[in-house]
Amino acid sequence: MLQIRSFVFALLIAVSALAGLSAPVLAQNQSDLRSLINELAKGRYDDTERQIEAIAATGEEAAVPALQALGSNDLMARKSDGAVFIVKKKSGGYQLIDPLTGDVAGEAGRRDMERIKINNRLRRAIQSALGELTLMSKNPDRRRQAAEQVFKARDTEAIETIDAALDAETDPGIATLLREARAAAVLNSDASEADKIAAVGVIKARGDQEARAILAATADSSANSGQTALHDAATRAQSHVEQILAAWNAAQNVWYGLSLGSVLLLAAIGLAITFGVMGVINMAHGEMVMIGAYTTFMVQEVIRNSAPWLFDASLAIALPLAFLIAGAVGVALERFVIRFLYGRPLETLLATWGISLILQQAVRTIFGANNREVGTPSWMSGLTEVGGLTITYNRLAIIIFSLVVFGVLITVLKSTRFGLYTRAVTQNRRMASSMGIRTPWVDAMTFGLGSGIAGIAGVALSQIDNVSPNLGQSYIIDSFMVVVFGGVGNLWGTLVGAMTLGVVNKFLEPYAGAVLAKILLLVFIILFIQKRPRGLFALKGRAVEA
Amino acid sequence: MITAFLLRAFDGKALVFMGVLAAFAIAIPAGNLLFPPDHALHVPVYVVSLLGKYMCYALLALSVDLVWGYCGILSLGHGAFFALGGYAMGMYLMRQIGTRGVYGNPDLPDFMVFLNWKELPWYWTGFDVFPFAALMVLVVPGLLAFVFGWFAFRSRVTGVYLSIITQAMTYALLLAFFRNDMGFGGNNGLTDFKDILGYSVQADGTRAALFFASVAAVAIGFVIARAVTRSKLGKVLIAVRDAESRTRFLGYRVEHYKLFVWVLSAMMAGVAGALYVPQVGIINPGEFAPANSIELVIWVAVGGRGTLVGAVLGAVLVNFAKTWFTGVFPEFWLFALGGLFVAVTLFLPRGIVGMIGQHWSALRQRRVSARAEAGSDEDPREGEIANAMNHQAAE
Repeated sequence: MLQIRSFVFALLIAVSALAGLSAPVLAQNQSDLRSLINELAKGRYDDTERQIEAIAATGEEAAVPALQALGSNDLMARKSDGAVFIVKKKSGGYQLIDPLTGDVAGEAGRRDMERIKINNRLRRAIQSALGELTLMSKNPDRRRQAAEQVFKARDTEAIETIDAALDAETDPGIATLLREARAAAVLNSDASEADKIAAVGVIKARGDQEARAILAATADSSANSGQTALHDAATRAQSHVEQILAAWNAAQNVWYGLSLGSVLLLAAIGLAITFGVMGVINMAHGEMVMIGAYTTFMVQEVIRNSAPWLFDASLAIALPLAFLIAGAVGVALERFVIRFLYGRPLETLLATWGISLILQQAVRTIFGANNREVGTPSWMSGLTEVGGLTITYNRLAIIIFSLVVFGVLITVLKSTRFGLYTRAVTQNRRMASSMGIRTPWVDAMTFGLGSGIAGIAGVALSQIDNVSPNLGQSYIIDSFMVVVFGGVGNLWGTLVGAMTLGVVNKFLEPYAGAVLAKILLLVFIILFIQKRPRGLFALKGRAVEA
Repeated sequence: MITAFLLRAFDGKALVFMGVLAAFAIAIPAGNLLFPPDHALHVPVYVVSLLGKYMCYALLALSVDLVWGYCGILSLGHGAFFALGGYAMGMYLMRQIGTRGVYGNPDLPDFMVFLNWKELPWYWTGFDVFPFAALMVLVVPGLLAFVFGWFAFRSRVTGVYLSIITQAMTYALLLAFFRNDMGFGGNNGLTDFKDILGYSVQADGTRAALFFASVAAVAIGFVIARAVTRSKLGKVLIAVRDAESRTRFLGYRVEHYKLFVWVLSAMMAGVAGALYVPQVGIINPGEFAPANSIELVIWVAVGGRGTLVGAVLGAVLVNFAKTWFTGVFPEFWLFALGGLFVAVTLFLPRGIVGMIGQHWSALRQRRVSARAEAGSDEDPREGEIANAMNHQAAE
């Protein structure tokens, strides 16, 4: 009998090896698998066990749902033709699901179906067959996933299967995972203390949240059972893992902080120009951000309706548009309102606040008061894990984008003719005018530049915030805080200020909660301004008193 | 001395204004209480409450005008003092509910029962006694203003920087009062008031009395503000507004003057808030919103900064427009308000009262010059002198 079985094995392996060679054979292979599954219903327990092993030997992942269903008593055979289905209970009968494709294959009455019975020996056979199909699958991703699952399950019965899988494993990453899964299972079993201490070492090397949980559980259980050596080892390993976790946690906080800081930087950088360089308090700055966000929304609407294949490029299209539109609004604002109020900063503040109300209400009238949905291009969604860090692509994109915008702006101000004019007008308006610079033109353009930057900030912020008429208002106070904190008239100060405030905020949040952290930060800035009324990086010299 | 100090507040214009206020204070409650509801002269109770609200705003505008118009401190956080005064009064009113709340707890307000608190937080002690609450209406905003002003003025934070950090202050308080753990009812604030000094807040008589108290508060606030601005201290304040460094170099302790008027103004705002709360029946963190504080600056700007009557007038006018607009064209109110901000700063920098005053003096000057041309027996230079004086006044 043993010989027959091994003969069948060899034959099946040969068949599946052949089947694996080319795609057209796959259908053939599928029908083989189906007949193997149908065979499960026939004969006695011994026959079923043989069939399970035969299925395992095919190495076909498609058989996994069928085997799982068999293990949970959900695999049934139709009495009329012996076909095997996964069933779901329904009122008055069963819903039939094809065991291979997972499609719904009709319904059947309670009397038409017969359950495939299993006993404990079969259950074990199913377990090991599943292990073979998954842990020893040909597909490395599948193996990795299976190893993760086994790690989480901490099933002591899986140890043998894991050992078998470890012998066959060639990928070092998956092998490590398997060893960790084995160690987790060992710690859950009644293995000897020495084995368990070795397992603790393996888990400790893993060093993540799950490892901490396992080690904590081990430390508890070993203390109860009086295994002091194991208890010591587990406790030490636990504190080691906790240190690693704390370090990662800090790194994650820095990351979140930089992410928040880059948002603040984007919102504040345009303000740093209008307020910092020109000395104009533009309370409508937030509304320029809002205009940028709504431009993105409009661009995406047009693309959705007429050119859906362009969707991934929608942000790239929206960027220049947002810059131009917000910039144009800014220039108009400067020409028609602010121009008349130079030298009267408090009046400027009030007038631009009025403008911001008008712009908000205009957007509310045109687009409605509700949040508008702005989609995320596919290349910006998703996340990656670096060690213990979770990095989402949209946040990463915004950090990079904010730094790029900052770099471009610095370059424009430092090394273009326009930048030179702007700095000249800022430092000494009359002298610049005497040298033939058209100061009103420079004023309008600088204001347009600051507003345009706010517009492209709006494109970025539309990805992480609600696009509503109130979008701008939620950023205006924060932006002013950043600029004032960093030092007026200094773009580098704005960068440092934004990043500092972002990181400090994120470090306070776990202890104080999001709202209290923000309050503490505001109070800190209020106190800070008392100490250094001109911000972190104050301009020195006579320009200060102007 | 104090009598003399206060008496200085009264001159012709002030007396006219006080007379109008007094007529107002008597006519409206009388119209409500004396005439039956179907009588032509009857004033409905909602109008009484509405006008009472306007009066609270007027007092608030006075307080802003005192610091902005006379001392050049543009506060974008006066709503915070207003709201703090309101909360102090709200706490008293909450304690008066007693067992009539939804949960019927004799010691704890409903929201605390809801949050499962076992006892009253320490800072609620004493608020069941009216005199203490009334004192707190002055002390809490005053103290905050003192601490804030002490730091800000001493380190010479001025101009827009000061405006921005006052805005940050009210924003921080807004966030703080939204928190349930603060013990001030979180998002919902304090509401469902029943009694004030033993009288139901809903009763017509109480509402009329509250209205009368609000008008009286405006009158008292006006007298104090006018007395301050017309005293020597007021002259120093104006000097600080126009040339702060020069005033300092002349030997005045600028920050002391600023601090005094700042705290006084905060206390006035607190009183306004305390009168406001029983009339509208609720106080919630929304009152701390920075937008509110900026909006009230425009009341002063419309009426005319640096003219106390203008502040009162501006508050009443703008709020009347707001009530009307939000009733008839709710969509357009923000357009109108925004337009008002722009138009006033661009075309009406001195406000309505300032503009009238300007025309008035221009008219008088023309009359003087005409007389100078007509009669040769008068000093021909008189017109020029008047002209120069007007210029000075205009600047």
